Amino acid sequence: MISLKGVAKSFGSLQVLAPTTLSFPSGRTTVVIGPSGCGKTTLLRLMLGLMTPDSGSVVLDGEVLTRANAQTLRHRIGYVIQEGGLFPHLTAARNVTLMARFLRRGDEDVARRCAELAELVQIPYNVLDRYPRDLSGGQRQRVALMRALMLDPPALLMDEPLGALDPVTRHALQADLKNVFARLAKTVVLVTHDMHEAAHFADEIVLMRDGKVIQRGTLDDLLARPAEPFVSEFIRAQRVDPRLAAA
Amino acid sequence: MRHMNRRDAGTARVALGASIAGLGLLLLAASAPADELVVGSKRFTESYILGEIATQTAQAAGQPAVHRQGLGNTAILFEALKAGGIHLYPDYTGTIARELLKTEATDLDSLNRGLRPLGLGAAVKLGFDNTYALALPEAKAQKLNLKTIGDLRQHPELRLGLSHEFLHRGDGWPGLKRTYALPQSPRGLDHGLAYEAIAQGQIDVTDIYSTDAKIEKYRLRVLEDDKHFFPEYAAVFVYRLDVPQRFPGAWAALTGLEGRIDEAAMISMNAEAELGGKSFKAIAGEFLAAKGGAVSGRKTGSGWLALLFGPDFWRLTRQHLMLVFASLAAAVLIGVPLGIWAARQPLAAQPILGSVSVVQTVPSLALLAFLIPLLGTIGTAPALVALFLYSLLPIVRNTHSGLADIPPQLRESARALGLPPGARLRLVELPLAARSILAGVKTSAVINVGTATIAAFIGAGGYGERIVTGLALNDNGMLLAGAVPAAALALLVQVLFDALDRRLISPGLRA
Repeated sequence: MISLKGVAKSFGSLQVLAPTTLSFPSGRTTVVIGPSGCGKTTLLRLMLGLMTPDSGSVVLDGEVLTRANAQTLRHRIGYVIQEGGLFPHLTAARNVTLMARFLRRGDEDVARRCAELAELVQIPYNVLDRYPRDLSGGQRQRVALMRALMLDPPALLMDEPLGALDPVTRHALQADLKNVFARLAKTVVLVTHDMHEAAHFADEIVLMRDGKVIQRGTLDDLLARPAEPFVSEFIRAQRVDPRLAAA
Repeated sequence: MRHMNRRDAGTARVALGASIAGLGLLLLAASAPADELVVGSKRFTESYILGEIATQTAQAAGQPAVHRQGLGNTAILFEALKAGGIHLYPDYTGTIARELLKTEATDLDSLNRGLRPLGLGAAVKLGFDNTYALALPEAKAQKLNLKTIGDLRQHPELRLGLSHEFLHRGDGWPGLKRTYALPQSPRGLDHGLAYEAIAQGQIDVTDIYSTDAKIEKYRLRVLEDDKHFFPEYAAVFVYRLDVPQRFPGAWAALTGLEGRIDEAAMISMNAEAELGGKSFKAIAGEFLAAKGGAVSGRKTGSGWLALLFGPDFWRLTRQHLMLVFASLAAAVLIGVPLGIWAARQPLAAQPILGSVSVVQTVPSLALLAFLIPLLGTIGTAPALVALFLYSLLPIVRNTHSGLADIPPQLRESARALGLPPGARLRLVELPLAARSILAGVKTSAVINVGTATIAAFIGAGGYGERIVTGLALNDNGMLLAGAVPAAALALLVQVLFDALDRRLISPGLRA
């Protein structure tokens, strides 16, 4: 469970996030969606303490995020950035186990966890000996997901995890990811600008525009009871899913 | 040649002061044992021979003595003398007056009045005068009917190639041009190369000195100084005032050399070195033996390979490797952290990169002349500091750019994982910048192999010793015996670092 209480952020005179109160419950997948520049990536970076809010606080399982504890709290939040962010000088396996090794977790535990995760994200174990440049785009995202899950964090944040993939790979990974989320039962927050993806993953959708939350609810809520005309406009603009096409 | 002091070091002094002050680790004093007389000499044949004669004279008097030979230029010798790195060296009255004391009077009394406040003195007129002169090929002189320096005025088309020192010193070209109203614009070249240039017709006139052995060999005509522009250049010893008390036996023997070497004797000794290929030691030994002194030496030299792998080969190799790698190690230890600091603190980046760049603009001889009084010694310590300073730029700049070029999303990934800053640097950022950092170290290493040859100017040894001697003797074999192993070493260093690249750079980063 991650909560934001009145969290706001500006860069100079530009407000990238208006005072926002939101909570992301455990065991649910929440999709944050909105047009480019709406503040959704900023929201994730604030939740990880990669950015300090101007006001308000971020609370992870009852603990308030501060400069001092940000580093250790990050061990409890898995984060997959756009395009994976794998370190090119390390093999896939080393990328996955980097943090666990730094924390001096036992070799056997590390190996067992790594095998479990390979099975979970559906990647052949021997592929993990390759360097990122020798992996396909889909494999890279799967490895990045393994790295985020290595320490078994209660929360998982993903920023456009499928953004850079071709449609076929994207489709396959989408199905696999949904299974992973279902098996994990973690707090999952996924950022995207794609309504189709949101419809696929979301238990709940948070629609943002210009640093403000416009509406929060299930897909059906957004379709049936739009909070303002922008909600319907945004959904209509992306008629991909058959259900959306009917709207 | 009697090299002038290049004063271009001045502007860089302030910038360098701070960085040098922090270099305590390099100040391994290279000074001689307390009871040893250290004789210096400049980088030309006659000075080598006179230095050797002084050394052997002291030794014959029972005084342990060493000869630090071929030390760069007048400024370096003078600084070394003041700092106590050497105790005495041969010089000429005209040089002492004009270059060191900036006066006109060249008699010993006037010189000593100027030198005494510095703790120095000049004594023992050896018996010959070695003044400057201009010379050109006899055939050309006859054709144009040139006899005096003033005759050059009628022939502005003549190409003058003058040693850099002569070109710039007050009693050299500027004064000569004024006195004789000469129209030519001379070019500067190393004195050791001037004879070849004149023999091949690339230049017509050069500066020589009157005891030069090559006047005969190259059939040159010495132009008469009919306006008596060139002053007296009597050979004497310049010494620290404590020498007569500290080394009384040696000093008595040295004063015994007064008036013992006339011009003819000096020319013949110069010729034995430059044309006969005899070693300076042997020439000095024979001279002293003939005058009732030490034993005679033997003639040296056979094939070039024998010269290349001569008895000094391993000593020079050891010295060269030490100079290159000790300075490189210090530059890595200090340059990499400086580069990291510059990458971390954008405000610090410009001052750091700026100061290591400024160092590169200081000519090596100027830097050495500046380091000798600062460190109070000649030899290894100032050479190491100079090489260290020259090594910094590629290492600092490549470390900085290697770190600055890491894509932001990779930095963010490392932070998001929860790695503390030290671990991010060690596990992610430095490995990602490794290729760039190693390329900087490799550049420094290869350049260092070449730059280390200048260490010979201040008696730090290395392959440069042969290059310096070869230039002074106009001996291409000797020059190549120094230049070829230096080039081979540079290639070897390159190969070594390529192998190191394969070990240290992750396969995931290779092209």
